[in-house]
Amino acid sequence: MTTTDYDRNVVLSTQNDFKVVGTRPVRHDGVDKVTGRAIYGADYDASGLLHGKILRSPHAHAKILSIDTSKAEALDGVHAVVTASDFPETADKTMELGEDETKLRDLRGNILAKDKVLYVGHAIAGVAASNPHVAEEALSLIEIKYEVLPSVMTTDEAMADGAPILHEDQTTEELGNDSGVVSNVAKHFQHIKGDVAEGFKQAEVIVEREYNTVTVHQGYIAPHNGTAFWSADGRLHIWCETQGSFVVRDSLADLLDIPVSMIRVTPTEIGGGFGGKIPIYVEPVAALLSKKTGTPVKIVMSRKETFEGSGPTPGSKIKIKVGATREGKITAAHAWMAMEAGAYAGSPVGAAAQCVFAAYDLENGLIDGFDVVVNKPKTAAYRAPGSPNAAFGFEQALNELAEKLGMDPIDLRLKNVATEGTRRVDGPVFQRIGAKEVLEAMREHPHYQSEKKSGSGRGVAIGFWFNIGFDSACNIALNKDGTVNLTEGSTDIGGSRTSIAMQAAEVLGISAEDVRPSVVDTDTVGFTAVTGGSRTTFATGWAAYEAAQDVKKQCIERAASIWDVDAENLQMEDGVISSKTDSELKMTLKELGAQLSDTGGGITGRASVKPRGVGGSFCGNIVDLSIDEETGKITIERFTAIQDAGKAIHPSYVEGQMQGGSAQGIGWALNEEYFMNDEGRMTNSSLLDYRMPTALDLPMIDTVIVEVANPGHPFGVRGVGEANIVPPTPAIANAVYDSSGNRITQLPMSPVAILEAFKS
Amino acid sequence: MTTKTHVQTTINGEPVDFLCEPRQSLLECLRDVIGLTGTKEGCNDGNCGACTVNIDGRIVTSCLVLGVEAQGASIETIEGIADGTNLHPIQLAFLEGAALQCGICTPGFIVATKALLEKNPDPTEHEIRFWLANNLCRCTGYDKIVRAVQEAAKKMQEA
Amino acid sequence: MRTDNQGGSLLKWIDYQAPESVADAVKILADSNGNARPLAGGTDLIVQLRVKDPRVNAETVVDIKKIPELNQMDYDKSGGLTIGAAVPLHLIYNNPDVVKHFPAIIDSASLIGGTPIQGRATLGGNLCNGAPSGDSIPNLVAHNVVATVAGPNGTREIPVEDVCTGPRQTSIDSNELLVSLYFPNPGDGFGANYIRFIPRNEMDIAVAGAGVSVKISDGKFVDGRVCLASVAPKPILVEGSSKALIGQPVSDEAIQKAAEAARDAASPISDMRGTAEYRKHLCEVLTRRALNTAVERAGGK
Repeated sequence: MTTTDYDRNVVLSTQNDFKVVGTRPVRHDGVDKVTGRAIYGADYDASGLLHGKILRSPHAHAKILSIDTSKAEALDGVHAVVTASDFPETADKTMELGEDETKLRDLRGNILAKDKVLYVGHAIAGVAASNPHVAEEALSLIEIKYEVLPSVMTTDEAMADGAPILHEDQTTEELGNDSGVVSNVAKHFQHIKGDVAEGFKQAEVIVEREYNTVTVHQGYIAPHNGTAFWSADGRLHIWCETQGSFVVRDSLADLLDIPVSMIRVTPTEIGGGFGGKIPIYVEPVAALLSKKTGTPVKIVMSRKETFEGSGPTPGSKIKIKVGATREGKITAAHAWMAMEAGAYAGSPVGAAAQCVFAAYDLENGLIDGFDVVVNKPKTAAYRAPGSPNAAFGFEQALNELAEKLGMDPIDLRLKNVATEGTRRVDGPVFQRIGAKEVLEAMREHPHYQSEKKSGSGRGVAIGFWFNIGFDSACNIALNKDGTVNLTEGSTDIGGSRTSIAMQAAEVLGISAEDVRPSVVDTDTVGFTAVTGGSRTTFATGWAAYEAAQDVKKQCIERAASIWDVDAENLQMEDGVISSKTDSELKMTLKELGAQLSDTGGGITGRASVKPRGVGGSFCGNIVDLSIDEETGKITIERFTAIQDAGKAIHPSYVEGQMQGGSAQGIGWALNEEYFMNDEGRMTNSSLLDYRMPTALDLPMIDTVIVEVANPGHPFGVRGVGEANIVPPTPAIANAVYDSSGNRITQLPMSPVAILEAFKS
Repeated sequence: MTTKTHVQTTINGEPVDFLCEPRQSLLECLRDVIGLTGTKEGCNDGNCGACTVNIDGRIVTSCLVLGVEAQGASIETIEGIADGTNLHPIQLAFLEGAALQCGICTPGFIVATKALLEKNPDPTEHEIRFWLANNLCRCTGYDKIVRAVQEAAKKMQEA
Repeated sequence: MRTDNQGGSLLKWIDYQAPESVADAVKILADSNGNARPLAGGTDLIVQLRVKDPRVNAETVVDIKKIPELNQMDYDKSGGLTIGAAVPLHLIYNNPDVVKHFPAIIDSASLIGGTPIQGRATLGGNLCNGAPSGDSIPNLVAHNVVATVAGPNGTREIPVEDVCTGPRQTSIDSNELLVSLYFPNPGDGFGANYIRFIPRNEMDIAVAGAGVSVKISDGKFVDGRVCLASVAPKPILVEGSSKALIGQPVSDEAIQKAAEAARDAASPISDMRGTAEYRKHLCEVLTRRALNTAVERAGGK
């Protein structure tokens, strides 16, 4: 790699007195993963396993008139066929799954359609057979009669007067009240701060523009999968890749109308998620099939099914109007955002509204959000869902504003930056945040300070994700040899079990290697919310912290009883218990561990937490690119991501999150999109034509970890998983403008689009 | 028609016999018939590289090889990269360089990297990226993977 | 191209045969009445069988990789090169005779798919797949390649530009087998190049591609061939480009005329990989750039 005269990966550490936190140990699950031993969902095998496949709708919108599964059932090798009628009839309810609310009826309808199919790829029936080839043959024998209906593919189409309606019983919730109007708009909400009309009057410069984005997919490499098996006592056991074992458990309980205690979900290792593996798809179908066959049934989606049958992130229309004084003080900003929810209500437009203006201290702000159903797969979370769409608009508008004002784009942002005490347009008041520090680090970075190569364009942008807290549990047991076993329930997508173990290690004063973390099933650990929302290192780390404090307290008490002294006189540091007054009294955890059984039994610490002190994270990008003027092809030449992590527990994995989110953002900016044909079918549902960046498409991604400690966490942690996917699309658009003078307001910025812009 | 073919191969240095239908890919045979699940399926049409194995000295996407074609072939999978419990320098470099996050693409990358370094022990960054362009990673952005390959190359040359 | 199928990721039942001679292979093909397909690298065929592509209605795959003539790489006394239809790309771009005498073949061989695809894919398969986007085909045309095909009635030779007849259709019958591709010695003053436009840097199907060759003598073009991929129902050899080059002094003007002739000859469609207008535009850009490289390689300019 080109040697540079600057450090490509920097940690601007503000807290350096930790022993384990901030170091880079090898991850505990690493050896299994580099040797092929780790068991992912599709690897799971069991005696008597049958293979399931799912029949999916070829139509974007149609009534199901009849389903005849008899020929499929008769095929040699087929053991069972299920449809929506195999679900028990239950009353509808609102479920809290993952980070959102979902209606049970919508969840059930998405898993197996009953009267209507709402998108190409909508699941209708499942087959279990002796091998996947037979199962697939059986699908072609299921006869379904459809009445095809007209469909809508974009927010414009869905919101138009007279548009075909997806749900006859969906009325628009208009500013908090049921409007009674049947519509594809499930919800229209507003956030209002101050008086934007007045604010725009005061503005001396205004930028007003519309931006459009199209559907993109999380692109995890392992498709959805799940194995189900009932035991004779009526308990259901699931093995699957999921970002939330308890979400799977709770969803299945409602879908199958059985108590949660009758379901055990064992999460396997997970081949990527990015939010897309929070919802469930195949597990209920596998469960229904397994009930009929009496054997384990495994379903693994194909890549095509993953694109067409699981939730991507929305296409959207974003309208931005922003005004400022000549000095660069923003006086008003308005964001109008319509997002595709897919076939059922629940796009991330609400989250987008929380993020769009978050980096800025605005006196007057107005956000209009529209949640719109369209005949596409039900959207699922994708890494800071909604925020990248919003930022593609607002962060471009700000650069336009900066240009009109003759200001440096980072200076404009700094002039308006949100700090502790700033009230967001959507309501919350910020505690300590690092937006300013990130912007300053951007300005000072050698990348920003360097001369652009001739012919290159440079762009900057900043993005935000609020991060979440939610529930986590953790148990820690002291072993005879002074190591500890740690059990937690956060499925590990990116090395989190190690970051969690490191926090426990820090408390106990032992090495990270002396903590043995395990990600366990729903029978084995207390309720733990999803691995998502950038919560895992923060909240499950906190549970580990608390559980370790519990162990520490018990160790001190045990030593006190062994030595027959007051526990108050003892301390524990660096894994050694000692007396504050008597230097003779010293015991290592190893020595204590060896005596546990003789001195009263084992020591187990535990914690269940739902921490409130969540700190949001800001991430900034500086990108240099060049454009081949004859073909419109963009080459990313240099990319720098700067993010506030609060405290980077394991800097390598924080850097990894930043680089991964940047890569996804670059793909989103340049080439990724769902091509829908006139019949509402995705024509590029393969990894050939859904173009995610390859190793050859990206440069090294330089990183700076800023650490503005989150006062709400014992080590200062802010979640980092998500904010880094937010700035790339606007940063790249801004660089395209800088390079060519053309402002691209439509994603992706494909070569054709770039050339079109050059022409006009 | 369930006539199966008897296929004889060498996998990771050991003779392995298995039965399969012509329609089963080598990937399917490795995973579902032989039980070597280290090689992964991401797309089943040659576009992600998660199924990369080495056959007779060159890497292929095993989803696009029929099991029956493996008759007489010598196959190396991720399970054969380490020498017993001694990890290969490439595996060590990936671990120490944090070049994996979810890890699903990692077996494919390691097999492909080994083939690269056997052919070209001191590749440039561009050569590394070009060789590995068929191996998709969605988690890492490739930065730490490229560094791990360079580190492994260095270690292997020193040895 | 996608078809109207439900999942398309597993194969329907197929029989597998692995003959060890051309005659045996031809016999199986002939006896199968159009229901058999030769299998070389499988990087197209296996995918097509999985998605139940209606143009590939095979019940039997005939593995041709055990047939000696299809595995040959023979640089002959006249300076011509025979490449067997089943030779995988990774053996081609590493072959010293190719590197020395026909380096432009590497342009195509090294960019079809990625490295592991090149461990399996073949020039023969790329040609017989007959896709207008086939990255090797314009390059073969530029090299004046002749295809040898064996059938029940003996062998015949086809100039490679006559092999593809339409999208995924070739003039090779279902009872015939492509045996080898012959690259005649181009002589002195020859240079060739294949480039394509793709949105990423690897792995994509060509949005447009240009395979060109020139032969220069005394500062003039004595031959020039331009063949385009992805801009017509089949790869097209552009007569207008040849006319614009042959007899002309080597110059930017001649190259530009040839590039414009290429653009004018293209009749692309708009699809998810690119618009027709964009593809036409690319023809001019790619042809010009490829000709410049070819001229450089020929030792001119």
